[in-house]
Amino acid sequence: MSEFLRNFLGNDILAFFISAALPLFLFVVPFALFAVLAERKVSAFMQDRIGPNRVGPKGLLQTVADIIKMMQKEDSIPSAADRKLFILAPYLVFIGSFAGFAALPFSSFYIGSSINLGVFYIIAVSSLSVVGILMGGWASNNKYSLYGAMRSVSQIVSYEIPALLSIIAVVMVIGKLNLHEIAEMQTSSFFNWYIFGGPIEGLQKYLLIPFMVVAFIIFFIASLAEVNRTPFDIPEAEAELVAGYYTEYTPMKFAMFFLAEYASMFLVAAISVSLFFGGWQSPFGYLGNSLEIKWLIPIEQLLWFLSKGLFLVFVQMWLRWTLPRLRVDQLMNLCWKYLIPYAFLNLIIIGIITLI
Amino acid sequence: MSLRTEIMVLNMGPQHPSTHGVLRLEVKLDGEVVVEVTPHIGYLHRCFEKHCEAMNYQQVLPYTDRMDYLASMYMNFGYVEGVEKFMNIEIPERVKFIRVIMGELQRIASHLVAIGTYGIDIGAWTPFLYCFRDRERILDLFEMTCGARLLYNYMWIGGLSHDLHPTFVLKCKEFLNDFKKTIVELNNLLSTNKIFIERTANVGILPVDTAINFGATGPVLRGSGVNWDLRKNDPYSIYDRFDFEVITGKGEKGTVGDCWDRYMVRVREMEQCIRIIEQALDQLPEGDIASAMPKRIKPPVGEFYFRVESPKGELGYHVISDGSLNPFRVKVRAPSFVHLQLMPIICKGHLVADIIANLGSIDIVLGEIDR
Repeated sequence: MSEFLRNFLGNDILAFFISAALPLFLFVVPFALFAVLAERKVSAFMQDRIGPNRVGPKGLLQTVADIIKMMQKEDSIPSAADRKLFILAPYLVFIGSFAGFAALPFSSFYIGSSINLGVFYIIAVSSLSVVGILMGGWASNNKYSLYGAMRSVSQIVSYEIPALLSIIAVVMVIGKLNLHEIAEMQTSSFFNWYIFGGPIEGLQKYLLIPFMVVAFIIFFIASLAEVNRTPFDIPEAEAELVAGYYTEYTPMKFAMFFLAEYASMFLVAAISVSLFFGGWQSPFGYLGNSLEIKWLIPIEQLLWFLSKGLFLVFVQMWLRWTLPRLRVDQLMNLCWKYLIPYAFLNLIIIGIITLI
Repeated sequence: MSLRTEIMVLNMGPQHPSTHGVLRLEVKLDGEVVVEVTPHIGYLHRCFEKHCEAMNYQQVLPYTDRMDYLASMYMNFGYVEGVEKFMNIEIPERVKFIRVIMGELQRIASHLVAIGTYGIDIGAWTPFLYCFRDRERILDLFEMTCGARLLYNYMWIGGLSHDLHPTFVLKCKEFLNDFKKTIVELNNLLSTNKIFIERTANVGILPVDTAINFGATGPVLRGSGVNWDLRKNDPYSIYDRFDFEVITGKGEKGTVGDCWDRYMVRVREMEQCIRIIEQALDQLPEGDIASAMPKRIKPPVGEFYFRVESPKGELGYHVISDGSLNPFRVKVRAPSFVHLQLMPIICKGHLVADIIANLGSIDIVLGEIDR
C-alpha cells in the first residue's frame, strides 16, 4: 500500500503520512460509530430489551443522531479548570489510542506503517493516553475527576506489566516484533496460530499450547483493565465517581474520550488477534486462491482480521454486561498477587520450552 | 520522611447517580479510606405529616402512597389497618385476603428494586433490567386492579377501592410460576457471582447489638441474624393464618450482618412472599370488598400506634385523634429514616466504593425519610 502511494504521489514523506493516517478515516471513526450502536444493541439483547430502533432503519442511525445532538450542546469549561490542559487532555487520550492503529496489519496488502518494533510501538504509544487521563482529571479541578484519574493511572500502569510479560512470552516463541511478519508466519491453517504454538513441529508445539492459552488469557484480562472496561471500569465507575475523569467534560470533548475508548477496545483486540489468532490469515484457506482471483485475497484477509477483532470486541461487551465491578484494592490484588506472578511463571516456562 | 496529608471532604449528592434519590453524603476521606460519613437529608421534604392534619382520615391515604413510593400498597396497608383497629371496624374476609396478596406482591416489587439497584451500585447493569422486567408484571397486575401503577390509593378505610379483575388470580399465579425461575436466574447471575461476593461479603458489617440499639428492623435487622418479623412476632391482619419462614442472615459468604447477608435476606424473602401469595390465592373467599362505612369517618378521642412489617422494615403510624374529622397529628415511623443513621457506623474504615455498597444494602427510599 505504502509503495503504491509512494509511486502515485512521488513523495516519500507525504505517502508515509497518508498511509499511516488512513485507518483514522477509513476505520477508526466508522468503527466507533458502529461500536457505540453495537454496544447498545448487544446490551439490549442481553438485557431482554429492544434497544434503539427509532432513528433510521432498525435504529442504525442512532449514533449519528447522538453526535448531532452532542454538537448542538454548549461547550463549557469549568471556571476553576486549568484551561490549556483541560482542552488538550481529550485529544491526547485519543491520539494515544489512535496512533497504535498505524502499526496494525489489516491485510497483507495494507499496513499503515510496517515498523520492525510494531508490537512494542503499539504498547508504548497507547500508554500516552494515561498522561491524557491524568491531565484531564487534574485539570478539571473536580474531586471525582481526580479520583477517577488517580485510579485510572494506577490501574493502567499496573496492568501493563502482566500484559507486557505475556506479550514477551509470545514474542520469545515468534522471534519477531513486526506485526506484518508475525501475521505472515501463521499461514495456511489455524493450527499454525500462535495460540496453538505457532508453525513449528513436534513435541515442542504441543508443550507450548497450554502455556500460550494462559498467556492469551492473562493478556486479555490485562487488556480489559487497560481500556477500562468492566470488571475493571473503576476509573469511571458511575456508581461512585459519577463519570470518573471525564465528569466535567461537555459533549464534543466527552465524545473524544468515548471515541478513544472504543478505538482502544479494538486496538487491544487487534493485538490479541495479531499475536495469537493469526492476524489477517484465514483459518481455512482463501476463496481467491481456489477461484484464482488474485485481488480477492487481500479483501478476504481484511474481512478475516476485522471479524476476529470484532469478535473479541464482542467478548469485551459481553463481559461488561454480565459482570459486576471490582473494588480498587481488589483490582490491585488481582494484578499484583495473581496476574503478574502467573505471567512471570508462564514466561519462564515458555522460555524453557523454546530452548528445548 | 513522611508526607503531609490532608483529610478530603467529598460531597456525594444531592445529585449523584447512586444515592438512591436526593440524599447528600458528606464524606471525609483519607485517600480512598472513609474517615467519616454524615448523611444530610431534607431535599425531598414535602411536609406530608403536616398536610395530614388538614385532611380528613380518608384523604390522608394519598399522602401515605407518596412516602415510600416503591411500596405504596404497604404504606396504605399500615394506615388503614391502624385506623380500622382503632375504630373497631370489622372488614370482610375477602378484603383481608386481597390486602395480604397486594401487600406481598408489593414486597416483591420493592425488593426487586432494591436488588436491581444494588446490582447497579456494584457495577452490574443487567440484573437491574431483569428485576425491572419482573417488577413490570407486578405493576401490570396492580394496574389491572386499580388503574394506577405507582401510587395506588387502593386500600380504603373499611375496604378497597376496586374488586379484583376476574382474571387476576390466573395472571397472578402465572406470574408467580415464572418468577420462581427468575429468582434462580438472578442467583446465578448476581448472588453467587464471585466478584459480587468479593464486593459485598465482609463489607459493612452490622453487629447485632448495634442493629438493635439503633432500632434497625426489617431486612437490615434480619441480615444481622435476628429473627424478628412483625408478621410473625406481632401478627396483624391475617398473617397468622399463613405458613412462611422468617429469613435471617447466616454469614454464609462472610461475617453475619454484612452486605451480602442483607442482600440475600431480600432475595430469599421474595421466595417466602410467593408462598404467602399462593396460599392466599387458594383460600381467597368471595364476598364484599368494603364494609358499610359512615360518610364521615370520625374516630373517638385518643391515639394509637400501629406497626406493620413494610418491605423496608417496621413501618409505624402514630395517629392522635381529637374527635374531629381531621387527625390531630399523624407521625410516621419510617424504617429508612432509622436505617440511614447506621451509615456512619457501617461505613467507617471502608473504601469509597463500599459507601455505595452499604447504602444500597440498607435500601433507603428518600420519599420515606423526608416525608
